[in-house]
Amino acid sequence: MTTIALLVSTRKGAWIFRADAMRTTWAVDGPHFLGHIISHLVLDPRDQITLLAAAKTGHLGPTIFRSTDWGSTWQEAARPPAFAKAPEGEAGRAVDHTFWLTPAHSNEPNVWYAGTSPQGLFRSADGGMTWAAFSSINDDPQYREWMGSEKDGTPDGPKLHSIIVDPRDPSHLYFGMSGGGVHESLDRGETWRVLITGMGVVEGYDFDPSKPTFHDPHCLRICPSNPNRIYQQNHCGIYRIDRPSECWVRIGRNMPKEVGDIGFTMTVHPRDDQTAWVFPMDGTAVWPRTSPDGKPAVYRTQDGGETWQRKDAGMPREQAWWTVKRQAMCCDSHDPVGLYFGTTSGELWISRDEGRNWQCIAQHLPEIYAVEAAVL
Amino acid sequence: MNVLIPSALRSYTERGYAEASGSTLDEVLVDLDRQYPGIRFRMIDEQQQLRRHIRIFVNGVSAHALSQSMRPGDDVVIVQALSGG
Repeated sequence: MTTIALLVSTRKGAWIFRADAMRTTWAVDGPHFLGHIISHLVLDPRDQITLLAAAKTGHLGPTIFRSTDWGSTWQEAARPPAFAKAPEGEAGRAVDHTFWLTPAHSNEPNVWYAGTSPQGLFRSADGGMTWAAFSSINDDPQYREWMGSEKDGTPDGPKLHSIIVDPRDPSHLYFGMSGGGVHESLDRGETWRVLITGMGVVEGYDFDPSKPTFHDPHCLRICPSNPNRIYQQNHCGIYRIDRPSECWVRIGRNMPKEVGDIGFTMTVHPRDDQTAWVFPMDGTAVWPRTSPDGKPAVYRTQDGGETWQRKDAGMPREQAWWTVKRQAMCCDSHDPVGLYFGTTSGELWISRDEGRNWQCIAQHLPEIYAVEAAVL
Repeated sequence: MNVLIPSALRSYTERGYAEASGSTLDEVLVDLDRQYPGIRFRMIDEQQQLRRHIRIFVNGVSAHALSQSMRPGDDVVIVQALSGG
C-alpha cells in the first residue's frame, strides 16, 4: 500500500508523519534528535531508504546524520561539510550549519549535494558519509565577494540553498544564495555562471541589478514535468524562467496588490508546469515576515503566473501571524496532489485537493524549518 | 588524563568522563576523536577554533589555545556554555 511520509525538520528536532494514500489519518513518529536544530531531513528517492539529516545543537558544531532504518539508528558523517583551512594568518570560514540537502541525479546513486551557512557548496559521493567542498564556489574570490559577509544574509546566517539537479542531465546544476543570486553549472560544478537577468533588487538604494550580491532568491523550484521551467520566490517578488531564456519574468506582479508577492517558499505541480503555489508574507516597512494582515493563505497559479487565486479554506480567518519558511512547503505526486506546509508557529497543514481545502494535522511542534513529502 | 564530558557530547562517549592523552590540548582532543570519532569537530571548527559555545578548562583555568601544553594528570573539563533558548 502506498504510504506518504512527511519529514518535518524543526528548531528542536525532527518528526516523521505517515499516512496511507488517502492522507486522512496521520501517525506521528518522533521526536528524533530532540533539542537538535534540524535544518533539513531528506529521503533519498533513489533507494527510498536512506535518510540524511542536517543537524547541529546550540552548543555543538554542525554535522550530518544518516539512517537506513527510518531513524531507529543514525550514523554520523565521518567528514561533515567543512571549509578549507585558511592559510596561516588569514581568517577562514567555518560552517555554522548545513542548511540544504539535495540528492543528485537518479543515475548517480549515493551522490548528494549540500548547501551551508555561511554559503558553501559541498558534494558527497558515498551517501553522505564524507563531504568534499566545491572550491569553484567556496574559495573563488568573485563568489566570496558576491556572498558578502554575515551581515549580508538572513538573521541566522547567509545560506546557499535550492540546489537543483536537472533530471535530464546530472552535470546541469543550479543553486541560489541568500544573498548572492542564482547560479548555473553545465559541467557538474567545475564552472559556474550567473543567472540573474530580470530579477529585481531592493528599491530605493540605487543597487545595481547586474551585481549578484544584491540579489536574494529565497526558493527555486524546477518543474518535474518541464525541466526547462524554474519558478522562484525571491526577496523581491515571484519569478519564472523558461530556459534557454536567460531572463527571469516577474510573474508576482499579477498577485493582488494588497497581498504582494513577497514570501519565502514556493512549490510546483509534479505534472503540470503551469501550476505552482506560494505562501505570501508581509514584506512591508520593517518586514514583519508574517502572513499579510494576520490572514494566512496559499496562492495558486494554473497559468504559469498570469493569474493567482487565494486558497485559504480551513485556515484561520484572522489573528494568525505565522509564516512558512523556504523549505517548509512541498507537495506529493498523487492525483489530486497533496500539499503540505509547516509554520513558524509549529503547525503542520495539509491539503488533499491541490490547495482547495486545508487541515491542520499537528500543532505545538517547534518552529518548522523544512517539510519534505516522500511517496513510498 | 581525565576528561569530563558534557551531556551534549555523551552520545559519543556514553559516559560522563573519558581518558585521553597528549602533550598539548589539541593532542588530547585528537586522542578523544580517535576513541570517539566525530567528537572533536563538534567542539573545534575547521579553522581550528573552539566553537562559540564550548569552553575547556584545564585544572580549573579556562584554556584559550589548543597549543596549550598538557601534563599527565591534568584535569580537563569540557563545558557546554550558554547558547540561548
